[in-house]
Amino acid sequence: MFLRALKAAFPRTLPVLAGYLFLGLGFGVLLSRAGYGAGWALLMSAGIFAGAMQYVAVDLFLAGAGVLECAMMTLAVNARHLFYGLSMAGWYADSGKMKPYLAFSLTDETFALLSLTEAPESVPERWYYLCVSALNHLYWIAGSLLGALLGLLPFDLLGIEFSMPALFVVMLVEQWRRKRARLPVLIGLACALGCLFLLGPERFTVPAMLLVTGVLFLFRPRLDKMEGRAGA
Amino acid sequence: MSILPAVLVIALVTAALRLLPVMLLGKGGKPLPPAAAFLSRAMPPAIIGLLVVYALRGTDLSAPPHGLPEAAGVCAAALLQYWKKNTLLSVFAATACYMALIRLL
Repeated sequence: MFLRALKAAFPRTLPVLAGYLFLGLGFGVLLSRAGYGAGWALLMSAGIFAGAMQYVAVDLFLAGAGVLECAMMTLAVNARHLFYGLSMAGWYADSGKMKPYLAFSLTDETFALLSLTEAPESVPERWYYLCVSALNHLYWIAGSLLGALLGLLPFDLLGIEFSMPALFVVMLVEQWRRKRARLPVLIGLACALGCLFLLGPERFTVPAMLLVTGVLFLFRPRLDKMEGRAGA
Repeated sequence: MSILPAVLVIALVTAALRLLPVMLLGKGGKPLPPAAAFLSRAMPPAIIGLLVVYALRGTDLSAPPHGLPEAAGVCAAALLQYWKKNTLLSVFAATACYMALIRLL
């Protein structure tokens, strides 16, 4: 069961492998240049597993931020995960004992990948979800460790963090191929851009999420009709 | 000062945000409320649109090179993916393009 699920999951996670090795590498380099070695990279990547937040965390450490400030910042940067959980609650409903881990490991990329791909019919969905999540987790840890070691060498790796937006753009293109995903994609882009211009880069994510949710409901009759036509 | 308390707090808050909705909704095989079911279909593509903006939020359009490396990287990723359907290639080429441009421009 597990092996079959792993075999189905692995090729589908290859894009995330590339992205996470890159991103993890970037994080590991930053962290080690801030003076925290491979042990910290391992602890953070295994225990936090939140790419963007781990980048922010390095800034917080360098600024000597207190525990309360770290908690507030995490709330602000990671609030979007509430919405992933909301979207995936239905998918994860029957996953039994795996559920806490599946929820814990629901990163941006895992969420995007699971919403784009499907388990083959011979593999129970929860095993497929588990393998995708755990593989991504491993890639992230491996990338960070690699970066922690590479950070000790004098390479100029500025700009490697662009692998994150690049990965999201690729996922957007894949969503765009599905006709009925186009309207939601545009709603997401428009709401996010609007909030970014109004509120600035530090605090636009949560309002943008709320706005997206509201606007999706406004378009619900139309979206439901498209679903019906597509037979889903 | 050790960063251990900070790391633990970040881990706890992150896990709480991820676990709460999944553990509270759709318990015991009960079907989701229709509104949540609708969201779980319509939200994923919308969030990906939002994430693209989120990942590029730090782009400074007012100072040179006016977001040109970002724009080029995004176009490279989108066009390559549309044409070749090879994610690995698209991410790698777009990142390389960006890294080259921030040094040249």
